Amino acid sequence: MTARAGVETIGVETIGLTMRFGAFTALDAVSLKVRPGSFHALLGENGAGKSTLVKCIMGFNRPTAGSILVGDREAAIPDPRAAHALGLGMVYQHFTLAGALTAAENLVISRDDPPGIVNWAKERAALDAFMDRMPFRAPLDVPVNRLAAGERQKLELLKQLYLGRRFLILDEPTSVLTPSEADELLGMVRGLTETDGLTVLMITHKFREVTAFADTVSVLRRGRYVGGGTVADLDHGAMAEMMIGDRQIAPKTGRTGALGAPVLQLEGVNAADRSGLKEIAIDELTASGGEIVGVAGISGNGQTELVEILAGQRPLRAGGIRVNGKPYGATRAEARAARVRYLPEEPLRNACAPAMSVAENISFHDFDIQPDGARRFWLRPAAMTRHAAALAAAFKVSMASIDSPIASLSGGNVQRAVLARELSGDVDLLIVANPCFGLDFSAVAEIRARIMAARNAGAAVLLFSEDLDEILELSDRILVMSEGRIVFETEGASADMALIGQHMAGHA
Amino acid sequence: MTAALCVGLAAFSLFLATIGKSPVEFYGLVYKAGFGTSFSWANTLSRTAPLLLAALCVALPARLGLIVIGGEGAIVLGGVAAGAVAMAAPGLPGGVGIALMAAAAALIGGAWIGAIGLLRYKRGVNETIASLLMAYIALALMNHLVEGPLRDPASLNKPSTAPLPEGFRIGDLPGLDVHWGLAVGVLGCVIAWALMERTRWGFAARIIGGNLRAAQVQGLPVGRLLFCWTALGGAFAGLAGMMEVAAVHGSANASLAAGYGYTGILVAFLARQNMLAIIPVAILLAGFEAANGLTQRRMDLPDATVLVLQGFVFIAILASETFYGRFKMFQPDRWSRS
Repeated sequence: MTARAGVETIGVETIGLTMRFGAFTALDAVSLKVRPGSFHALLGENGAGKSTLVKCIMGFNRPTAGSILVGDREAAIPDPRAAHALGLGMVYQHFTLAGALTAAENLVISRDDPPGIVNWAKERAALDAFMDRMPFRAPLDVPVNRLAAGERQKLELLKQLYLGRRFLILDEPTSVLTPSEADELLGMVRGLTETDGLTVLMITHKFREVTAFADTVSVLRRGRYVGGGTVADLDHGAMAEMMIGDRQIAPKTGRTGALGAPVLQLEGVNAADRSGLKEIAIDELTASGGEIVGVAGISGNGQTELVEILAGQRPLRAGGIRVNGKPYGATRAEARAARVRYLPEEPLRNACAPAMSVAENISFHDFDIQPDGARRFWLRPAAMTRHAAALAAAFKVSMASIDSPIASLSGGNVQRAVLARELSGDVDLLIVANPCFGLDFSAVAEIRARIMAARNAGAAVLLFSEDLDEILELSDRILVMSEGRIVFETEGASADMALIGQHMAGHA
Repeated sequence: MTAALCVGLAAFSLFLATIGKSPVEFYGLVYKAGFGTSFSWANTLSRTAPLLLAALCVALPARLGLIVIGGEGAIVLGGVAAGAVAMAAPGLPGGVGIALMAAAAALIGGAWIGAIGLLRYKRGVNETIASLLMAYIALALMNHLVEGPLRDPASLNKPSTAPLPEGFRIGDLPGLDVHWGLAVGVLGCVIAWALMERTRWGFAARIIGGNLRAAQVQGLPVGRLLFCWTALGGAFAGLAGMMEVAAVHGSANASLAAGYGYTGILVAFLARQNMLAIIPVAILLAGFEAANGLTQRRMDLPDATVLVLQGFVFIAILASETFYGRFKMFQPDRWSRS
């Protein structure tokens, strides 16, 4: 079908778009073209530059170099307001509507020029007329927080159309939706591009959505445009290869000793996810002494929740966790007896008390026990500081003083201090999440070496990472998580990249 | 915090100047009535005693990240509990009676504030609002009890519990005109300091206050610790009420609601929740309260003057907490915190 008469259909093109943050190049001369009236998918791993690209288009970021054409005219987009004026709009991964207000109220207040005094009779008539023009409706009089997730995301979409946007960027619009809700929503979007002349650029990780709904696709990898084309010409293997690249799997050096007995065993574990709308279901997961089990996956597929389950922060609805054969509930006594240690992601936020000193933070593990293992009542501050200073020195933590607040340390040194705490003494099970996120090259190498050393000393290591390279470099065995489940397992040494990529993208 | 105190006092001076009163005369009178003579010192130190314990009820939970502002409730209930014990068993030997009164007051105060910690942990109830509202419930309970079941028929104009037997009364510190409550308060601060800074429970509490998530990852029993520490704070506040009854009023009545619980909030914040710093701060603020009568008479200032002063100081403290770290002059690396 053709676009309705009188409504402009606009495409967007980027030419040599480059965005640098300090020394880091997030986008490297990306040129891609979204044709008017098309449904264009943007694929890429975490950190490939997809968000940066759309933020440049929407005026949140000012590109370092390159230009953006909107409807074949070069456009300066200094801020989101300018993007809106050009007819560009964005639907975010998470909801942006005010939950306590109704759809009608949300739509009216989201306009650039909301009326000072709302004439509701007039606005209602206008809204009804607008809804009649749309191929789908949303209830106007119900507070938004009473709508189901799919309805809410529909309303986000309607809001953009109500505001007169002709080019929509959808940022993983289905990540909070169930598969059937996702299909319904994307079907509607597809319909709008066909009948209403809307143009859509959708960020996604899911190949299925690309194949089922998009016309064209572009793939980014490490800030570069690496390929794309018409969806009909590409199969999942080709897309996975573009997304992941032909990486060499690093040879597994340094592994010493044989595989030990199973340390961590999960069976039939079921829990709610963060949104409470979906579930985390792990039928079976085992990690044995002397191996690093890498858990790969696009962020938001249940990895964070699984770490919380293992740390006792997320109640189980079914199933159980065993460590060294004994039921494990992650209390301090159990963690100590089973010698379980945690390295959560973003250590300053999740594993440290920022205002407490480095010495105190390093002592979180054993401030309450004496060297012989008995509980202590009185602290021994001098001994504590001495012990912490020795550990900090052994792990090369660089700091002004052991008494400085840990928040004053650099990210790499915070992670070293946390490693010093968690890797001191015997470790049977180490649970690690994104240990090198945001760290510089030398810190990364050192921290990975420490994790491998723990494995070589006989610990079972469960490594969660959004960085596939990290998983490949460290893991003896790789699991892939998608939609709250473990969907794939492979040996680290013989891993098939394309297969991993396809499973990460939710398609086998 | 000294800076915040000075800013608050300076702002109050401006306030006095705008209503045509002399700040110099005011502070002069405060010095005279609060700290100038041995009599004024005795007055100040007597008021210090409940402030010390009330401040602990704020400072202890604050170290775990809870802002409890309803210590007044624990104080009045502690006082009523003491009065009830004295009525129930007036024949006991004095020492036993005093110990029982103290135990009852600490127990009820601890349960009252501990419940707030538990509600926070189990149900996510905001502890600030809950404690404030529960203070009103406590006041209503006290009024009901001293006007009803616990009322001494002889108390005509001011409903009270029966006067404490002579043996149940707490006297003055040897050689001073200040009751034993001061010693109890100072001892309470020292004990609270030692528990918080020098024991494993205190360390665990400080981890919770520093970062709840880190405490959970370390497997610390967060709920139990929250309850125990808030209950300890409440027990101190309950003791304050018992001291007021046994050393000052001689029976439990509406005079228990003298606002010490609220001034205690200011003391704890000025002391930056440091248990030992509470002692000098409490003495200073007790001095201001002690001088209230004199400034009223001499300068014809209203009764609420001391509340206005406390308000100015409190806003100055909150402002400095808010601005801390936002401006160059507050950068921790340039201005050491301790």
